[in-house]
Amino acid sequence: MGAIKTQSPQPRTFSRGIQTVTLIPGDGIGPEISTAVMKIFEAAKAPIQWEERNVTAIKGPGGRWMIPPEAKESMDKSKIGLKGPLKTPIAAGHPSMNLLLRKTFDLYANVRPCVSIEGYKTPYTDVDLVTIRENTEGEYSGIEHLIVDGVVQSIKLITEEASRRIAEYAFEYARNNQRASVTAVHKANIMRMSDGLFLRKCREVAENYKDVKFTEMYLDTVCLNMVQDPSQFDVLVMPNLYGDILSDLCAGLIGGLGVTPSGNIGANGVAIFESVHGTAPDIAGKDLANPTALLLSAVMMLRHMGLHGHANKIETACFDTIREKKVLTKDLGGNSKCSEFTADICRRVQDMD
Amino acid sequence: MMATLTKAFKPILGRQLGNTAKVFGAAVNSQRGKPTYPPPAKYGGRHTVTLIPGDGIGPELLNHVRELFRFSCVPVDFEVVHVNSASTSEDDINNAIMAIRRNGVALKGNVETNHTMPPNHKSRNNLLRTSLDLYANMMHCQSLPGVQTRHKNIDIIIIRENTEGEYSSLEHESVSGVVESLKIITRNNSLRIADYAFRLARDKGRRRVTAVHKANIMKLGDGLFLQCCKEVASGYPDIEFDSMIVDNTTMQLVSKPHQFDVMVMPNLYGNVVSNVCAGLVGGPGLVPGANYGRDYAVFETATRNTGKSISNRNIANPTAMLLASCLMLDHLKLHDYANMIRGAILTTMNETRLHTVDIGGQGTTSEVVQSIMRIIQSGGPLTTEI
Repeated sequence: MGAIKTQSPQPRTFSRGIQTVTLIPGDGIGPEISTAVMKIFEAAKAPIQWEERNVTAIKGPGGRWMIPPEAKESMDKSKIGLKGPLKTPIAAGHPSMNLLLRKTFDLYANVRPCVSIEGYKTPYTDVDLVTIRENTEGEYSGIEHLIVDGVVQSIKLITEEASRRIAEYAFEYARNNQRASVTAVHKANIMRMSDGLFLRKCREVAENYKDVKFTEMYLDTVCLNMVQDPSQFDVLVMPNLYGDILSDLCAGLIGGLGVTPSGNIGANGVAIFESVHGTAPDIAGKDLANPTALLLSAVMMLRHMGLHGHANKIETACFDTIREKKVLTKDLGGNSKCSEFTADICRRVQDMD
Repeated sequence: MMATLTKAFKPILGRQLGNTAKVFGAAVNSQRGKPTYPPPAKYGGRHTVTLIPGDGIGPELLNHVRELFRFSCVPVDFEVVHVNSASTSEDDINNAIMAIRRNGVALKGNVETNHTMPPNHKSRNNLLRTSLDLYANMMHCQSLPGVQTRHKNIDIIIIRENTEGEYSSLEHESVSGVVESLKIITRNNSLRIADYAFRLARDKGRRRVTAVHKANIMKLGDGLFLQCCKEVASGYPDIEFDSMIVDNTTMQLVSKPHQFDVMVMPNLYGNVVSNVCAGLVGGPGLVPGANYGRDYAVFETATRNTGKSISNRNIANPTAMLLASCLMLDHLKLHDYANMIRGAILTTMNETRLHTVDIGGQGTTSEVVQSIMRIIQSGGPLTTEI
């Protein structure tokens, strides 16, 4: 869960060493878990200044849906965002907010580090891998046609540019986080041209990163081996659909979406870290939510910004609290409230100083 | 009175006692309204089955199958057709297809696909499946009692559409550097596979069918598939139907696999889910797979691995291929032979010291096969010399 070497020449927003982060609380349990994270950061004395913004879509000039200009401005300035779960509107007429954010900031890489959490027991105890998923094209291009009645075609788009970009990101990540190998996941035996192109680009980029081992593996072999022995995998890079399935598979190995962090990296140095679980409207407002996913994503964000000290402190406090099993929220098997869980982590963080 | 009562109860008792048969994918009531069954290649009471050795561990495992059949006096003769994966001409695979058309049934190893070859060199396995229109791939994942796994007592049937979807092999590069790959979903094939799934569920007494899809993103394609499943479901009111998005499915499979009963899905998700399930029950060496079409049936291992790294070292696990041959025997209505071999395989599986490397043991392939043959011999029926 680590930093990437930022390639953007623009300096971060800086004032007395405090960095601004755009916070998007989201819907449902979003606001409570965001508050929890802010409290913990305050207790840890992290040099972060939060700017809360709402991203509900509005119709801009020309009739195109877009995110509110204040939100966009804030993100462009701060370059770093932390997002809670967003409700997917069914009949609101506009596309999903996540899709809108992705398009607005060209978030091309979705990074999900999956590490087994000591204290939250699952049948898999030795998971330590990172899935890096191409987030803009592939099977999710949304290009579908009805050819004749009863025959539908969906187009999977793979471009050289996007494949090269994601491969480069994957190798940079591996190098900056001292990961030993990168594995490209593909199905080039069946989708010869498309996955073949993806694979070729990965191989080309691998040439420039000789310090990182590069392997290729079929998607089905990865799935097969993942459920038998996940410890053999390190960094996985893949196109959109495989990434979607595999990243959720890996999240399932460590305990589900409630404890999995996630980060989206965009062009121009933008990075938005988010919790990937749903809005859980049934427990919203009842102080029952589990802030772990958002907290671990925030830790990922700190590492991305280079604030490793604070990141380690908060992460250790969080894992210690989970390991102690005294104040766990309901989904982790306990009976406590969100505020109690948060308070425990805050206490531990403060004790560490 | 007792006699009539016993007669009335016999079918129920029979079903319970015939556990191995029911449990291990036997007698998939493959008639499906077809008048001619088993396939016509039957001369003098002996069936002829096409055998395609394939690459990697295929040849050695299929040799063991032949050895076992010869030993157990199974009335099946094999017509061996080699398919050379390195050759660019399609003659080999066409010969194999013709042989299967002639015999109606085949047992095959996986033919390797070299993916550095140009796109017009299609996957041989895929060609076979599409030419013979083997539209349903069925895989019955069951935890074997003697094998240690993280999850116990898994029993999931996976039905995967085998001919279209992402495996249509329709790709083009419209602009340099931009490749489009087409995923085709048709109403006919979706209805067909959904119907197969529900009929199978009913025949085997299963209670729920789950459709796996990604219709929230691929609204037209997977949306059509889901709609077809729903339509077919309405014709089977005794069977519950629900659906689940594929990423959630994989997450649920690794945490709570017992919630699944029968699953039906398009081609690519089938590939992923079947491999995940195979991993859950102990690996690629344990699960057999079957490809059914209207007129033909081809049996192989469920995860279709070539196993190049372990070939010719006598360490491959023969269980999957042997169980696949049992499925084939059931298809040919040779149930007694199928049950006998299957029972012997399961008894051998209980011996931990005979487990092969992939399931954590140190046994060799030949040891496993010898043990199976010994059990069959001790079971009484006429056998040839070991």
